[in-house]
Amino acid sequence: MTTRQWLLSASPASQMQARLGRAYVGWQSFRQNRLAVIGLAIILLLVLVAALADILAPYDPLASDLTQRLRAPGDGFLLGSDGLGRDILSRIIHGSRYTLMIVALVAITAAPVGLIVGTAAGFLGGWVDTVLMRITDIFLAFPKLILALAFVSALGPGIENAILAIALTSWPPYARVARAETLTVRGADYMAAARLQGISRTRQVLGHIAPMCIPSLIVRVTLDMAGIILTAAGLGFLGLGAQPPLPEWGAMIANGRQFLLDQWWVATMPGIAIFIVSLGFNLFGDGLRDVLDPKRGQ
Amino acid sequence: METTGAMAETPLLDIENLRVTFRTSHGTVEAVRGIGFTLGRERLGIVGESGSGKSQTGRAILGLTAGNGEIRADRLRFHGQDLMGFGQREWRAIRGKRISMVMQDPIYSLNPVMTVGRQIVEAYTTHHRVSPREAKEKTLEMLAAVKIRDPESVFGRYPHEVSGGMGQRIMIAMMLIPDPDLIIADEPTSALDVTVQLQVLAILDDLVRERGMGLIFISHDLSLVSSFCDRILVMYKGRIMEELKASELHRAKHPYTRGLLDCLPSLDGPKAPLRVLRRDPAWEIG
Amino acid sequence: MPMLEIEYLNVRFSDTPVLKDVGLAVPRNASFGLVGESGSGKSTVLRTVCGLVDDWDGTISVADRKLGAKRDLAFYRTTQMVFQDPYGSLHPRHTIHRILSEPVKVHRLGDTEARVAAALAQVGLDATFRFRYPHQLSGGQRQRVAIARALILEPQLVLLDEPTSALDVSIQAEILNLLQDLQQRLGLTYVVVSHDLAIVAHMCETVAIMNRGRVVETVATGALGDTASLSPYSRQLLVASKGYDRAAVDRFVDFE
Repeated sequence: MTTRQWLLSASPASQMQARLGRAYVGWQSFRQNRLAVIGLAIILLLVLVAALADILAPYDPLASDLTQRLRAPGDGFLLGSDGLGRDILSRIIHGSRYTLMIVALVAITAAPVGLIVGTAAGFLGGWVDTVLMRITDIFLAFPKLILALAFVSALGPGIENAILAIALTSWPPYARVARAETLTVRGADYMAAARLQGISRTRQVLGHIAPMCIPSLIVRVTLDMAGIILTAAGLGFLGLGAQPPLPEWGAMIANGRQFLLDQWWVATMPGIAIFIVSLGFNLFGDGLRDVLDPKRGQ
Repeated sequence: METTGAMAETPLLDIENLRVTFRTSHGTVEAVRGIGFTLGRERLGIVGESGSGKSQTGRAILGLTAGNGEIRADRLRFHGQDLMGFGQREWRAIRGKRISMVMQDPIYSLNPVMTVGRQIVEAYTTHHRVSPREAKEKTLEMLAAVKIRDPESVFGRYPHEVSGGMGQRIMIAMMLIPDPDLIIADEPTSALDVTVQLQVLAILDDLVRERGMGLIFISHDLSLVSSFCDRILVMYKGRIMEELKASELHRAKHPYTRGLLDCLPSLDGPKAPLRVLRRDPAWEIG
Repeated sequence: MPMLEIEYLNVRFSDTPVLKDVGLAVPRNASFGLVGESGSGKSTVLRTVCGLVDDWDGTISVADRKLGAKRDLAFYRTTQMVFQDPYGSLHPRHTIHRILSEPVKVHRLGDTEARVAAALAQVGLDATFRFRYPHQLSGGQRQRVAIARALILEPQLVLLDEPTSALDVSIQAEILNLLQDLQQRLGLTYVVVSHDLAIVAHMCETVAIMNRGRVVETVATGALGDTASLSPYSRQLLVASKGYDRAAVDRFVDFE
């Protein structure tokens, strides 16, 4: 029996085989979407570049050499050099680590918070719902960047605080998504059946409701990634995110601002990097949506 | 073009070797596999279980087969007119005006943001050039014809403001107002309570008789179809198993029809286990 | 003593009365039918008994125990329910194994593996179904899983809410036969809710006919043939369920 046959077996022999089979079917349908695969490739490339930054980068991203400042692309530096004579390519390669860190930390903090708040509000209803959702509404009432700005100025500039601020401003939409999903699931017969089996409320939320919310949440978070990267870059640009000399992409653009007209590449190269990674997450998110949509009944 | 002799009246609908095939990611699925029948001004019932192709047959006649489906037929004629070569525009001219369809769930078939009255008026004015006043009068008349007690008030209501039974009557009013020659009713009353179901059917029955329309009644309910229609086609897996007069259902010969009849619980039947239908693979090839 | 006894049950949904003074008694090992049109409250009776409706008053006793406002874990081992729509009553992201093993674990019955295997066998599904997801099953197979889930806690009273109305008639016959067979083997008590008089007449000895939240009358199903002795509402329902009859329709009246 080939692996493929084992995965697609109509009668799996274990829970594990059933899950893997299901994942495989999902992958099959994901693969049909060429743009989504490109998106995934971009994200994998980002991870790879971040992991191998020390090997891939031709120069030290922090070493400045004023004799080499503002070299055009190709002239000894593939993507040119910046105002302090640092290699832009090496800085972008090392900067991918910060981008990845921001994205990962926001995803693993904001998404679970949103999931818990949303499912709790939707499942418990009543005053719990009212209180939680009003808090969510307050957060949603401010534009994300403005709120993040306020947090960072209160906490002090720096990349850790920028991540914290972005996480703090990112969870409310996730709570909304999770709550909406919970409300549709809550009245389903299988939830009534779960109650009749004597399954506790905690178990109902974690084992029965959360699995129905997670797919749309994952899609939402993935599609949000572009926004998160842009917010981080925006904070970096305003000098509230990563501090010099860290090669964070937003801060790099801010740096290149003064040379924008004559040495266009200093700001443009990190801009292109942000664009490509954002696009990658968007394409990937779109593909995931088609595969994970819980309404497909899979 | 073959000519129909002056002897026989052209049937309303004449179908031969109709096939409906769907392309899916798992290969092609044949929903309807070579069926044929003719229909006059009568009530024809198509009965079958889910997956029998009964609904797809109805949709094919209206050119409503989904995008990944393909219709083929040796003959598919309505009033002697070949439906096979029809383009979108020709379909639009015939659909609603000469062939109408009543679906199972009126809530999903009616536009939720338009009043019931306006939808019926629109159905009428699409095919008839009349003044707005005339159209409204005709609509109120039609609502009265489907036994709605207060047509004026129902005219101004939105679909969510009416009950299931009334919604289905509104659907019937809307489908019958252009005075089509053929009505296809796909499980029109399955979502309704038994008494309401019969009341709605009585309305449909009366209108179809008065106006001399043909009716194709698609349903899973063998006993209902046999009491409502003149003739029955029993379908299984895309094929017609048996065609019989409704009044002679109890004399059905095909083992599938017999099997279906036997597995129905009856009001005065024994409590003994019900006969279970044994499916013969030969029925699929037949 | 009856297995299930209900007296003066009243239920309101936000000030609209849904059940009005409903009373019924179901003897042990019997099948009791509840018939009525939509809005008659027949399903609400079942949902109230098993604790899915919070706001009710009256008395409900199951196996000689009066029920309070909250149901304890032990209650669910005496009473279980099978839902109408097998497409909606199984969690779409749980395998059959998980659906059946979770109650066993929650109630700490032990022997999960053996119990799940036995439950599947009991409803006529072989072991290959165990790790499938509901979408890989047909409607009839799903309803078998739903029945297995209800029976895995070894209840005495099983509430069946339109157990076959979403199924084809040939599948319906198989499920009804399975239910009858299980009742005999396990000594179960059934309350069958249906809109179809024929199903109730086939399954049950006694039937309560409901209309607009009230029990119109309770009769032995054997007496359904003798229409003269029935109340006008039941008679009309009976006539309607015999098929289309143009003349009979004109005699239909609305009952308050």
